[in-house]
Amino acid sequence: MTRSKWARGVALVGSGMSKFGSFLEKTSRDLFVEAYLDMQNSLMKDFSPEGIEAFYLGNFSSDLFEKQAHLAPILASWIGISPIASLRIEDACASGGVALRQAALAIASGQYDVVLVGGVEKMTNLSIAQVTEALATAADTQFEIPAGFTFPGFYAAMATAYMAKYKAPREAFYHVAIKNHNNGALNAKAQFNKTIFDILTSKKARAEQKGRPIPTWETEIEFLSDPKANPPIAWPMTLFDCSPVSDGGAVALLVAEEFAKDFTDNPLYLIGSGQASDGALPDRDSLSHIPAAQIAGQEAYEMAGISPKDVDFAEVHDCFTIAEIMGIEDLGFFPRGEGWKAAMSGKTSRNGEIPINTSGGLKAKGHPVGASGLGQVNEIWKQLHGKAGQRQLTGQPSIGLAHNVGGSGQTCVVNIFERRE
Amino acid sequence: MDYEMVSTEFNNALKNKQLIGGQCQDCGHNCIPQRQVCPKCHSHNMEVITYSGLGKLVAYTVIYVPPVDMANAGYNSKNPYCSGIVELVEGPRISAQILDVDLTNPENIEIGSQLMMTIIMRGEGENKSSYLAFSPKK
Repeated sequence: MTRSKWARGVALVGSGMSKFGSFLEKTSRDLFVEAYLDMQNSLMKDFSPEGIEAFYLGNFSSDLFEKQAHLAPILASWIGISPIASLRIEDACASGGVALRQAALAIASGQYDVVLVGGVEKMTNLSIAQVTEALATAADTQFEIPAGFTFPGFYAAMATAYMAKYKAPREAFYHVAIKNHNNGALNAKAQFNKTIFDILTSKKARAEQKGRPIPTWETEIEFLSDPKANPPIAWPMTLFDCSPVSDGGAVALLVAEEFAKDFTDNPLYLIGSGQASDGALPDRDSLSHIPAAQIAGQEAYEMAGISPKDVDFAEVHDCFTIAEIMGIEDLGFFPRGEGWKAAMSGKTSRNGEIPINTSGGLKAKGHPVGASGLGQVNEIWKQLHGKAGQRQLTGQPSIGLAHNVGGSGQTCVVNIFERRE
Repeated sequence: MDYEMVSTEFNNALKNKQLIGGQCQDCGHNCIPQRQVCPKCHSHNMEVITYSGLGKLVAYTVIYVPPVDMANAGYNSKNPYCSGIVELVEGPRISAQILDVDLTNPENIEIGSQLMMTIIMRGEGENKSSYLAFSPKK
């Protein structure tokens, strides 16, 4: 049985991230240090690295991506915090969110007061085929991969189950991509810092420049519906339904609540956290949603003593557009079968009922898998402190939620943060 | 044919054109592949059973960007393939390649359509082996 409350309170006192993107000249350590320094800049008071008692690193597979396993002690040593306990947490694309939760559990236990949490992934050294192969190891390689499945394929299969069950049109998925690119265009750290309208406009301009026939797209939907502009990857998931292959790092500093004000005047409190697991895709109770996400969400809400309607905004794991639609239903923001309608009607945009992925999400911000969960936390940090710049939500949000999924849903972790006056 | 309760026997059975799984002798739960502990009631009293190979399609995708093994088998964006999840008449679900469906119009592939197992060979030389696939029931 899980406890409904932490044994003692846990606070987030600093958060940082590197720029996400494709950086051929950088390795995991460079990306991690960039995020670590950004985290230091987020602290309001003097910070001494000597005070850090443990280091939890979320990383999916530096072994496959960089031929470097056992990364946590290397990064700890790189920033001079050895000999503290340093360990790597691997739960596929949920590694970052899970590392944060594990650090919180360690603090709640009373064993540590100050824990550094990192997340990093350096993916772009490999070819697309090799990246696909590396990511596939997060699935059941004995019984799912021989069927020809890829990660876009798993989510595409869930999309067909969802479309058949709820009569959702493919166009609904495009609205997720359009919204997340609109948000990413306002985030300087996003890999795709461009709206889809910008992309189609520049493609038309380039065609004109080169004297080629100018495509006739007038709207984003026309552009996304053109298979020449937006080819299928795993039907019904197209190129613009997929998050990119990315490099990036993100860092959070967690401390016991009683010490939070030593680090900053404005800590955030980790008021709820939940995590759940599941089998390979065929073994699930449902193919049109992610059961582990629903359970993790419920656990986090129960711990926080809140309901979905109390959440002001959320970062939802949109590795593929269908994942965001299932996610907003799994988290209880919308009833089952209503997520696609919410996406189409703008209820999840920055000025909508429940803003989702104001950072641009994994779709536009980028998806360096081990860092993604902590990249989400960085957006919550910024929004709750009024530091999100042009994409800042109005109305002084006080509760933000991060939903981080591993694999095709074998893992889900949900963390809820609160700003207190 | 007698199979042992180890996960690799699944592929040995495919070579014999058989689809095997596990059945809990205490609660009756069927699973695929076979496993030593019942995932429903935790009983150790599991036996290997052979499935009929009949089922229906519950989810699918047509893949245009294949993983290395499928690319080596000749698939690419011009020659895509369908992978799906099949719910067997005995209850459990399994992933497999789906053959003989309309790959040029993926929206016409029907969830709920009746399928039958078939065994295909992929790979060359030492890597050649048997894989599970399904095609529409005739």
